[in-house]
Amino acid sequence: MGKLFFYVALALVLVSGLVFAPEHAGLAIHPMDQFTVKPLFGGDHIAWYTPTNVTLWMLFAVVAIIGLLVLGSSNRGIVPSRAQSVAELAYGFIYKMVEDVTGKDAVKFFPYIMTLFMFIVTANFLGLIPMSFTTTSHFAVTAILAMLVFVTVTITGFVLHGAKFLGLFWVSSAPLALRPILAIIELISYFVRPVSHCIRLAGNVMAGHAVLKVFAGFAGALGAGAFLPIFAITAVYALEVLVAFIQAYVFTILTCVYLKDALHPSH
Amino acid sequence: MASNTHDAGHGAAEAAHGSSGMPQLDFSTYGNQIFWLLVTLVVIYLILSRVALPRIAAILNERQGTITNDLAAAEDLKAKAVEAENAYNKALADARAEAQRIAAETRAEIQAEVDEAIAKADEEISAKAAESEKAIAEIRATALESVKVVATDTASALVTALGGKDDADAVAAAVAKRTEG
Repeated sequence: MGKLFFYVALALVLVSGLVFAPEHAGLAIHPMDQFTVKPLFGGDHIAWYTPTNVTLWMLFAVVAIIGLLVLGSSNRGIVPSRAQSVAELAYGFIYKMVEDVTGKDAVKFFPYIMTLFMFIVTANFLGLIPMSFTTTSHFAVTAILAMLVFVTVTITGFVLHGAKFLGLFWVSSAPLALRPILAIIELISYFVRPVSHCIRLAGNVMAGHAVLKVFAGFAGALGAGAFLPIFAITAVYALEVLVAFIQAYVFTILTCVYLKDALHPSH
Repeated sequence: MASNTHDAGHGAAEAAHGSSGMPQLDFSTYGNQIFWLLVTLVVIYLILSRVALPRIAAILNERQGTITNDLAAAEDLKAKAVEAENAYNKALADARAEAQRIAAETRAEIQAEVDEAIAKADEEISAKAAESEKAIAEIRATALESVKVVATDTASALVTALGGKDDADAVAAAVAKRTEG
């Protein structure tokens, strides 16, 4: 029933958008404006060092992480406070993931993986604040995160196993005739990993935020009928809260899976 | 290059024209984003690896240690409780045995006293009985004597009354003769 209502609302919103869009000058929906990188202190030149809204929201992410993990745990309570139990939950969640997925010998990578997870999850949730800027919606950011993982995995694999790391691409359980073909496929999939790793995160976050903006534009244009878009915004927002966590989780667990290849390359 | 960036940004605001409407594909901002991202990641990594993670690990270890200690202490106390219960049961059994011993002893003592008292009483009773027998014998002897006197007197009186001569010797002899028989 709720689902049906949602689809009806969606259809109405789309139809109304099609009907009203050309006539109303006010209905100029710019769903991508929220992603614009702007200098914080005016000016129109963005050099590599210019403090921008990217800088501001990354700073907020750092502050949030300090607040949760450092200040939250400052009491060192045997019986934890609320913030401390959340910090412990995050710690246990990622630690167990690294241990279970990658193996006990991967614990030395734990601070690195925890850094990735905490950054992505805080950036995603900060991005859900209205009027905020979502750093993880940019391919530049997620591509660097993915490339860091890719480079770490590749270097670790070669350092630990040398040329044997290439055995990852040589599927020794397959028939000999198939192995070169499989090797090519494995090689391609290995290099496609960072691409999918990066686009999955940025794409999900960007799409959700853009949809929210589109519905918000409809809500502004519809006036009295705005309850439908507002309902849709609420639903999409709830979904986005879920996506914010799930995408951080997916990114992290994939990092663990890729690291497992580097530490234990046996196929 | 820089003016291009801004044209693209404002262009998106005015009217979407093609892929330039997507700030994600505005490559002129990449250097800026990557620089600040790397700064952020290094800062987060340093905070986590130097401060937050060791502290949380220490807290978790400490809690684990506390729980283990508490469990050990509980185990210890439980053992102590079992020990105390055993000691209590043993003390109870000892006390019961002691009580029984005391009761038996007391009973024996009382029995001895009672026996002694009975023996004493028997002795007293037999002494009294002997005494009484002696008294009775005396009384009987006295009575026999009295019978002689009364018989003599009566005989004398009878003789006198019948007009005979009161011969004391003859009367005495007759009474003696009679009472002997």
